[in-house]
Amino acid sequence: MKGSERHAALSAGIFLAPALLLIAVFFFLPVLAALLLSFSDFDIYALGDLNRLRFVGFNNYLQLLQSPLFWTALGNTFYFVLVGGPLSVGVSLGAALLVNARLTRFPGFFRAAFFLPVVTTLVAVAVVWRYLYHPRYGLLNYGLSLLGIEPIDWLGDPNWAMPAIILMAVWKSFGFNMIIFIAGLQNIPTTLYEAARIDGASAWRQFRYITLPLLGPTFLFVALMTMIGYFQVFAEPYVMTQGGPANRTLSVVLLMYEEGFRWWNMGYASAAAFVLFVLILAGTVLQLKLQKSR
Amino acid sequence: MISRPFPGAAAIAVTLTRMSPPIRPWFAVLLALWLSGCDSTADRAVVVEFWAMGQEGEQVKALLPEFERRHPGLKVRVQQIPWSAAHEKLLTAYAGDAMPDLFQLGNTWIPEFVALRAVEPLDQRLQAWPQAALKDYFPGILATNRLEGHTYALPWYVDTRLFFYRTDLVAAAGWTELPATWEEWVQAMTRIKALAGPERHAILLPINEWQLPVILALQRGATLLRDRDRYGNFREPRFREAFAFYLSLFERGLAPPVGNTQIANLYQEFANGAFAVYVSGPWNIGEFGRRLPAAVQPHWDTAPLPAWIPPHPNPPPPGGRESWVGASLAGGASLALSRTSLCREAAWTLLEFLAEPEQQARFYQLTGDLPARQSAWADPALAGNRYAQAFRRQLQHLRATPAIPEWERIANKLTYHAERAIRRQVSVDEALAALDRDVDRILEKRRWLLSRGVQPSPAGQGSAR
Repeated sequence: MKGSERHAALSAGIFLAPALLLIAVFFFLPVLAALLLSFSDFDIYALGDLNRLRFVGFNNYLQLLQSPLFWTALGNTFYFVLVGGPLSVGVSLGAALLVNARLTRFPGFFRAAFFLPVVTTLVAVAVVWRYLYHPRYGLLNYGLSLLGIEPIDWLGDPNWAMPAIILMAVWKSFGFNMIIFIAGLQNIPTTLYEAARIDGASAWRQFRYITLPLLGPTFLFVALMTMIGYFQVFAEPYVMTQGGPANRTLSVVLLMYEEGFRWWNMGYASAAAFVLFVLILAGTVLQLKLQKSR
Repeated sequence: MISRPFPGAAAIAVTLTRMSPPIRPWFAVLLALWLSGCDSTADRAVVVEFWAMGQEGEQVKALLPEFERRHPGLKVRVQQIPWSAAHEKLLTAYAGDAMPDLFQLGNTWIPEFVALRAVEPLDQRLQAWPQAALKDYFPGILATNRLEGHTYALPWYVDTRLFFYRTDLVAAAGWTELPATWEEWVQAMTRIKALAGPERHAILLPINEWQLPVILALQRGATLLRDRDRYGNFREPRFREAFAFYLSLFERGLAPPVGNTQIANLYQEFANGAFAVYVSGPWNIGEFGRRLPAAVQPHWDTAPLPAWIPPHPNPPPPGGRESWVGASLAGGASLALSRTSLCREAAWTLLEFLAEPEQQARFYQLTGDLPARQSAWADPALAGNRYAQAFRRQLQHLRATPAIPEWERIANKLTYHAERAIRRQVSVDEALAALDRDVDRILEKRRWLLSRGVQPSPAGQGSAR
């Protein structure tokens, strides 16, 4: 027995080794290197000559926490996560319910149509949305003008830029969560609904007492994935506003990118990355705790 | 002339012959790619890898057949990189040891690439040049290619900022041409603004650009940094005065407080008279010519920047009013050799070719980029361009920004604090104190290097032959 167990462990190890090796080399090693970097002042000087590298302890982290720009970026990121995240989950759940409803005709068509934004490239989408948002020639403001609303400078006005980015991000990403919700909905046995109908439960009560509880695990997965993805928001503001106007759409990852690849402050940028990592970890743990306490 | 990058090449060649036939061709291709530092291709020509940006990278190809005709042993491979990604690409190429042999770079990047030891000093090679050839360059531009007495690159084309303005709007305000001093400049703009009404402005100064406040400060005699560029020097009275003057242009409503992403169509707005004056560079000569409607074409011109003249100068400035030109920035792009390139000789031949006055003039015709060598300006195409003449005068009055790798970051901070002051979130003194604090932090590494006796920009290292 013992010998065959060892044999099994060995073969399992051999089969796992390539994947583990790849993960170690391409994931854990870079993460470790980045952690080391975050305690150094790696910059353009150090790139030219490693003798000009200093280990600075927690200095990068301290500087980061003292920098008003970092807090601005953090505030913007939380704005994006707390407004955009629930909105995205809500819209995808709504879309999933609609597409999955028995009365809907051509569900396949709608599923594909709603999923289409997910598979299009973000840069192309952003270019189109920039036209939609154009203060003078944009379709959105044209629509508003028909309702008698003054034109809004969507991407130029500090107060409107973030809502504009959130709107585009939700439109771009809700299709993915929708598909997962549909899968979750289809896993709920129809007999439950039939029983509820016989007992005279209204549509709302069916949703509240059957759909929502049974969607629990799907809900948790979607909420977690959305939160993690939204915390890492980068491409939307990078392409649409470059963090402007007046830094109102600067996200933590965009700040990290600017520091790292524009100014080549690798140490500082790595510190920003790890602070974000800790925040996402805390958010994930919190959500799991909330789920368990129910 | 096959260069041998390392002695093991022969061993690899032997291994290659022992390989099984199906792998061999692929391996040979990979090996060839790996070895191609400055290698001869099958027809024994040396290939020079040349990186150039944007439209320069596109247009320079038209000059190369002549070069390859003159030098049958040399071939040029041009890699075109977009300007927006150029700086990152060059840094990444340096980090990955994949630098081209010859490359274009913005002249404000030179200190950074010198600090990286990525560029080859040209001093020895330039000794073979006649004295007159170097004197032919605009001196202010050539100076930006020199650090601590060594020349690291040669200017390819020049770039500076001056006024583009609507002659009709300026004439309506009672001036035949844009005034030559700050004082009169403000008078003229105030008059233009009074005629233009509340919706329009006298001048457009995008608040996310650092150039104009820096130009005004340099004209005023501010040094920007102090103690061998170890600390920010922005609270100093001359900078403060220039900065306050810059802010006053917004306070008086002469310039709108907008960034350049908020201007939907610059050319349309200029044609509409949304502003009468704009500070910009040579690339806009061509753009204004192409994009302004025909009705506006006769009504625009270029002019050098006004000078800061003290109220009661004693002694009065030399020369007539015509000679009063305020300094502007010494910008432009240069060509440099990579220090790690294996075929620096061939790359130098190409650099010398591109530096010839005839090629400079041809390059102007292709791109509209203004030549760095003054003799190229005698070319009829350039001498006949009336918009370029203001640039020619301006190019004699140039000032450089501090030649340190940190400059772009400092300029970025300057814009940030200036924008806050323009939006009146902070006072002038608060903005400048915060700017000094930020800049001192950016320069901390530089101070540390200098205190250890390490030159941040190591000069005159021998080339890595």
